[in-house]
Amino acid sequence: MIMCGIAGVIQSSSRMKTQIKESVLSAMADKLLHRGPDASGVYCKAGVGLAHRRLSIIDLSNGQQPMHSPTGDISLVFNGEIFNYIELREALINKGHQFLTQSDTEVIIHMYQEYGLDFVQQLNGQFAIGLWDDNNRRFVLVRDRVGICPLYYTLENDCLIFASEIKALKPALKNRLEINREALDQIFTFWAPVSPQTFFKNIFEVSPGQLIVLENNKIEKYQYWDWQFSNRDFWTISEDQQAQALHELLVEATRIRLRADVPVGAYLSGGLDSSVLVAMIHHYTNVPLRTFSLNFSDDSFDEKKYQSLLIDHLQTKHSRLKVATEDIARNFKQSLYHTESPILRTAPVPMGLLSALVHNSQYKVVLTGEGADEVLGGYDIFKEAKVRHFWSVNPDSNLRPLLLKKLYPYLNLPDKGQAAYLKTFFGEALDEPDKICFSHLPRWTTTAKAKQFYSADLNDELSGKSLDVMLNSLPKQLKNMHRFNRAQYIESKSLMAGYLLSSQGDRMLSMNSVEGRFPFLDHNVIEYANRIPPKYKMKGLNEKNILKKSMARYLTEEIIYRHKQPYRAPDMTAMTGDCLSEELRDYLSPDELDKQGLFDSKKVGFLIKKADTGRSLSVSESQALIGILSTQVVIEQFIN
Amino acid sequence: MNEVAVNTETLLRNYILENYLFTDDQSKLNNTDSFLDSGILDSMGILELIYFMDEELSIKVLPDEMIPSNLDSINNLLAFIERKNS
Repeated sequence: MIMCGIAGVIQSSSRMKTQIKESVLSAMADKLLHRGPDASGVYCKAGVGLAHRRLSIIDLSNGQQPMHSPTGDISLVFNGEIFNYIELREALINKGHQFLTQSDTEVIIHMYQEYGLDFVQQLNGQFAIGLWDDNNRRFVLVRDRVGICPLYYTLENDCLIFASEIKALKPALKNRLEINREALDQIFTFWAPVSPQTFFKNIFEVSPGQLIVLENNKIEKYQYWDWQFSNRDFWTISEDQQAQALHELLVEATRIRLRADVPVGAYLSGGLDSSVLVAMIHHYTNVPLRTFSLNFSDDSFDEKKYQSLLIDHLQTKHSRLKVATEDIARNFKQSLYHTESPILRTAPVPMGLLSALVHNSQYKVVLTGEGADEVLGGYDIFKEAKVRHFWSVNPDSNLRPLLLKKLYPYLNLPDKGQAAYLKTFFGEALDEPDKICFSHLPRWTTTAKAKQFYSADLNDELSGKSLDVMLNSLPKQLKNMHRFNRAQYIESKSLMAGYLLSSQGDRMLSMNSVEGRFPFLDHNVIEYANRIPPKYKMKGLNEKNILKKSMARYLTEEIIYRHKQPYRAPDMTAMTGDCLSEELRDYLSPDELDKQGLFDSKKVGFLIKKADTGRSLSVSESQALIGILSTQVVIEQFIN
Repeated sequence: MNEVAVNTETLLRNYILENYLFTDDQSKLNNTDSFLDSGILDSMGILELIYFMDEELSIKVLPDEMIPSNLDSINNLLAFIERKNS
């Protein structure tokens, strides 16, 4: 079982089967060294080339890849974990399959032999798989349901070229990478490109829950899984029963994620989700607790108080990493080499520093609480949408929008006239509360303000249709869903898959050869949670009510009922004044900006001047500054 | 308009132009443009503006005065400042 990097080249034309060069495959694998430092392997034959970098976690001696079936007709490269491989293996043995290793990689081969393309339906895990079926001359690329493990591909000169990271595609490409300007505009709206787009032209991701088949010179794409919501049959089951069922599923999801031949640790932010995870490990397993947390020198971002409560309560062996504001700019470029995409917030950078702490502590695997907010309704954006919907019933009310002040006490708005101000900030689409993306419009509008820094050329070139692209990517049945579920769907498919699990997730873990595991994103948990009525997920404005109910017995009240603090890192202070080095400032110089031609150097100059005078930047200005700088850096790292 | 008022107007206009519209092009801001409706200022921007008026013009905005009719455009600001100074 391995967290690792995969890559390969498959010729799509059946006529011209030439030998894929081993040197190209090795060069691709070398670009993924950080993902798998323990071993590497390459397999090539006419028309097929597979490459692999391995980080050993389970069956340390027998998981070499590419792996082949005994008859050699199936060849596989695989990144990730199949957590239910033990159960699947037993079932396959009962059907007469024989195994040579204890690894989950071998289980995938047998699953494919037994079930064909349906094999993926039974896998519980996080994975990116490339599978060559020589008998059928068929190549399969498949990615896990929610987008934990990355997988990219491109088509060039009759070849399908794929890899865990875009940088590993480069050795096989004849053409140089180019910017996908429409994707840049999507990042400057939704924080991430709309799947399957990436920041690079003609480079696509295999979408979460997607299976791609190359056969008979044709590519077919199948969505084998998606987030589906149905609350009807749950109205008759009591809230307590649902909380208990959720509890049992979470315990099981956590238990199978502790399967490894190396020690497993956990991230502990001090928030509810990671506290729940750590409490479950404590109560239901014999795994010694080893936890890791981030702390900030800037107290306003720090959660040490709550982390300490839990550490004392559960007696974990704990390591802290204190991140100074200046550390963020110092590590910004290195982080971007791994995100392979512009970012609008600095939050990924400290996550990369935290995984270095895990690595240096001789740990390769951590459990982490991502996904709980999407699956169980924890984000402020869900509350905000609820209040805005309540407000939309009476848009002229001066009282209804005041509930927003409860959500955002730091807004510090004046006592009089505040309804007018609140309407400006949150009143987006109040007259159209049934709009599909009603919940997300305020965020997208705020983010899109960064576009005022686009150059005239970029503005001319863009279609201005990012919102349409997003809307077209959403399934038609979304409009029949409960509006709370609708918001959950959009959040899970856009920000979570495109940014949180990628730029802030896998990329920041794998850069230090660490694997993250996400019990809240177990598909059994998701499928059950998607049937829980929204009123139990968010009771009034009490977020993740059902999770709190199901876990209250294991945690102190102080943790269960603490005010939710989303993970944030210093943005503006980290990227202005003395923190912003000359090296980074050079990327924002008029010469460099004009050379790329994406941003208006004069406007950006005023933005830097404003930041340097010590004036606070608004959220959208800060996002613009980080977005512009990161765009310039990524271009230099991958294109110039 | 007297000289002080002209200076105040220039000061306010340049502050808004440079810090929120990121330009020195005077044609980008009309004195009647609503800061809220046109999205020029957000919540932070309003607080910054109040701070700027205190620092640069010695105008203290009281909580009761933090309403759009006082703060929502250059003209509203100028009228508000004139009332405060009279």
